[in-house]
Amino acid sequence: METQQITYREALNQALAEEMERDPLVFLMGEEVGAYNGAYKVSQGLLDRFGPMRVLDTPIAENGFTGLAVGAAMTGLRPVVEFMSFNFALVAMDQIVSNAAKTLYMSGGQFPLPMVMRGPGGPAARVAAQHSNSLESIFAYFPGLIVVAPSTPADAKGLLKSAIRSPGPVMMIENEILYGVSGAVPLGDHTVPIGKADVKKTGRDVTIVAHGRMSYMVLAAAGVFAREGIDIELVDPRTIKPLDIETIAASVRKTHRVVIVEEGHRFCGVGAEIADQIYSTCFDDLDAPIVRITHTENPLPYARNLEAASLPNVDQVVLAAKGVLYRA
Amino acid sequence: MASLLRMPSLSPTMESGVISGWRKQPGEHIDVGEVLAEIETDKAVMEWEMADEGYIRQLLVEPGQEVRVGTPIAVLGDSADEDISTLLAQARTGGAAARPDSAPARADGAPARPDSAPARADGAPARPDSAPAASTPPAPTPAAAAPAAPAQPAATSSRPPTTAAAHPAPVAPSRNGERVKISPYGRKLAVQRGLDWRALTGSGPGGRIVAHDVETAATAGTGAPAPGAAPGADFEDLPLNMMRKAIARKMTESKQTVPHFQATRKVRMERMLAAREALRQDYPDLKVTVNDLLIKVCAAALRLHPVVNSQFLGDRIRRFHAVDIAVAVSTDDGLITPVLRAADQKGLRRIAEEVRALAQKARERKLTPEEYQGGTFTLSNLGMFGVTEFNAIINTPQACILAVSAVVKEPVVEGDGLAVGQTMNLTLSSDHRVVDGVAAAQFLDTLARLIQNPVALLL
Repeated sequence: METQQITYREALNQALAEEMERDPLVFLMGEEVGAYNGAYKVSQGLLDRFGPMRVLDTPIAENGFTGLAVGAAMTGLRPVVEFMSFNFALVAMDQIVSNAAKTLYMSGGQFPLPMVMRGPGGPAARVAAQHSNSLESIFAYFPGLIVVAPSTPADAKGLLKSAIRSPGPVMMIENEILYGVSGAVPLGDHTVPIGKADVKKTGRDVTIVAHGRMSYMVLAAAGVFAREGIDIELVDPRTIKPLDIETIAASVRKTHRVVIVEEGHRFCGVGAEIADQIYSTCFDDLDAPIVRITHTENPLPYARNLEAASLPNVDQVVLAAKGVLYRA
Repeated sequence: MASLLRMPSLSPTMESGVISGWRKQPGEHIDVGEVLAEIETDKAVMEWEMADEGYIRQLLVEPGQEVRVGTPIAVLGDSADEDISTLLAQARTGGAAARPDSAPARADGAPARPDSAPARADGAPARPDSAPAASTPPAPTPAAAAPAAPAQPAATSSRPPTTAAAHPAPVAPSRNGERVKISPYGRKLAVQRGLDWRALTGSGPGGRIVAHDVETAATAGTGAPAPGAAPGADFEDLPLNMMRKAIARKMTESKQTVPHFQATRKVRMERMLAAREALRQDYPDLKVTVNDLLIKVCAAALRLHPVVNSQFLGDRIRRFHAVDIAVAVSTDDGLITPVLRAADQKGLRRIAEEVRALAQKARERKLTPEEYQGGTFTLSNLGMFGVTEFNAIINTPQACILAVSAVVKEPVVEGDGLAVGQTMNLTLSSDHRVVDGVAAAQFLDTLARLIQNPVALLL
C-alpha cells in the first residue's frame, strides 16, 4: 500500500479538507480556526480553500458555540467543533452532557447529532493543572457519546474521517505533544473504524494496554523492553467507547498478564473500566492481578520535575511488566 | 418453571465429581428414576437418577470435566421451549441460592469489591471460604450478563457475558487449614495437566502458586530430563483420574500423620493348605481361597484382640464391636478396599462368595458407598505375585493393616533337624497411638496359632 510520511497535525488537516470537500454539509468551527489557521495549525489553509461559510471563527464562548453546533446538527448539518484544548470543553459541559449526549434518546430518535467535537487533551508540556486534564473517562461515562483517542498520524486521519461520517456525536481527544510526530499514513481515502482496537506491537510476554500519548510512549520504548528481555504486546484501544474488549481479551489469553498505562487519573479512570472488562472476560486466563499505571493523585504541577513525577514513565511500565511476570 | 440441576453429593466425603457420560441430550424428556448421567467420584462410577421429571434443556458441563459438588451442571425445564436465559445467567455466576424466577441483576452473595489500593502488586481479593456444598465461586464475581442498553447508533457498549460457565467451579483450597492461593490461569493449567495444585509451593506473593510453578511441577513430576540429558528425551504425562488422586491423598495423609510400626511373624501353612484341600475334595463346588481362610482367621483374632479393632480419634480411642474387614482389591484404575461386614459372624462359604462379588464390583467400578466405606481392619495380600514380605500403609482411620505374602517352600527347623516346610509371612502395620508392640505381637501370635491349627477356629 502506498503511504505518505506526514505529521499527526497534517493528517488531521487532510482529514478535514477531504471530508469538507466530499460533503458540503461538513463545516468547522472554533476559536482561531479560520484567519489564524488554527491555534495549533490543524486547520491551516482551510479558510482560504473553503470560505467563511465552512470555516467559522467563534468567540471565546465554548458553551455557546457548542450549543450552536448541537442546533446545527439537529438540522442535518455536520459540524466539527474544535476546542482549543479539551480543558475548555469543561465550560461546555452542559451542552455536551445534557444536549449532545441525550438529544437522540430524548427525542425518540428524531434528532441524531452528526457532530464531532475534537481538540488536544491531556498533559502537554508544563501547561499546569487547569490545562492538563484527561477527560476521556468523563465523556465515556455518559451514554450517547462516542469517545476516540488516536495515537498515530494514520489513526488520527482515519478516525477523524470515520467520526465525521458517523451518526455521532463523537468526542475525539488528540494530544498536543503528538501533533508534531510523523508517521506513515496510507494514501487515498483512509479510514479507521470506530470501535476497533489496534495491536501496535505483537509479543508473547505481557499485554500493555495504552492509548493516546501513552501508546506512543510505550511503542517508542520497545527497545528498552527488549533489553530487559520482555516481549511486550501493545494494544491501543483507539476508541475508548465503545471499547473493543475482544481484541484486548485475545491478547490477554495469549500473555496471561496485563499492564494498563494511562495519562488520566486512577479513580474511575479509563483503565478501571478496561480492567473490569478484562476480569469479566478473561478471569481464568490471568496469572497475575492487572496492574494500572496512572497520573498520580494530585492536580498536575507546573514545575518540570514535579510534572514528570506525576505522569507515567517507561521505567514504571518496565517495573510493572516485570512484576506481573514475577521477575521483579 | 425451569431449574438448575447441580452436581450431587454421592458420598459423605465427595467434594467433586466428573460426568463420565450424559445419558440424555438437550431436548429429551426424562422421567423420575431415569438415569441422567454417570458420575465418577473418587471411589466409583455411579448412576445419577432423577428425582424430578421434565425436559433437559441444556447441559452445562462437558464429560471429563471435574466439577465441585453443588455446581450447576444442567438445566431442567417443565417444557421444551420456555425461556431459560435468566437461569443460564445465574448458572454462570454460580448463584448460591438458585431462584429461577428472579432477575439476575445481582449475583447472589456477590462479595463486596476489595479496596483498591494503588500499585497493588499482590493480594488476591478476600473471598469467603466456601463450604463443600456451596457453589459460590470466589470474588470478584462478575455481574450477571445484562442485556445491552437500548441500541444507539455506534454508541452502544454492551457488557460481554462472563466465561464462568465454560470452566468448572473451583475447589475450596486448603493446606494445613491455611488457604492455598493460586492464580486463575495457574489453576486452569493445573487442571489441564491433571495436577493436584494444593500440593505445590507457590513462588508468587503471599505464596501464590503461579503458572510458572505449575509448569515446573508438571515437568518435574513426570521425570523431566536431568540437566545435560539429550534434548528430546522421551516421557509421557498421564493425567490423574479421581481414584489415583484419592489414593495419593489418603496414602500421603496416612504416612504423614500415623506413627506406623511393623511386626512380622512367619507361619507354617501346611495344615491350612491341607484343610483347604480337604474342603475342596468334599465340596468341589465350593471355591475357597487362602485369602478367604485368612479373613476368617483375622475375624476370629480381632474378636479376641479388640485393641487391634480400634481407631484413634484424637482425644479418645474407639473400640469397635463390629468386625468389618476391608479387603484390598487391585483394579486397572488403582487400589480399592471393599468391606466385608460382620466378618466374624459369617461362615467361610459366605465369606468366599461375598469377597468374590465385591472384587468383581470393584473391578467394574460399581461399588456403592456402603460397600467401600468404613471397615475396622484391612487385609492386603500380594502373595499371588510372589512377594515374600511387605509393609502395608494403614488405611486411615483404622489402627492396623495385615500384609500377607506368598507361600514358599523352604528349609525349616523341626526339633534339631531340618525339614522342608511351607511358610508365609504376616506383617502387621500398626498405629502406635492405639496399638503397642506387645499388643501387635499378641495379635500376630493368635493369628499364627489359628493358621497353624485351623481346627482351633471351632473353639
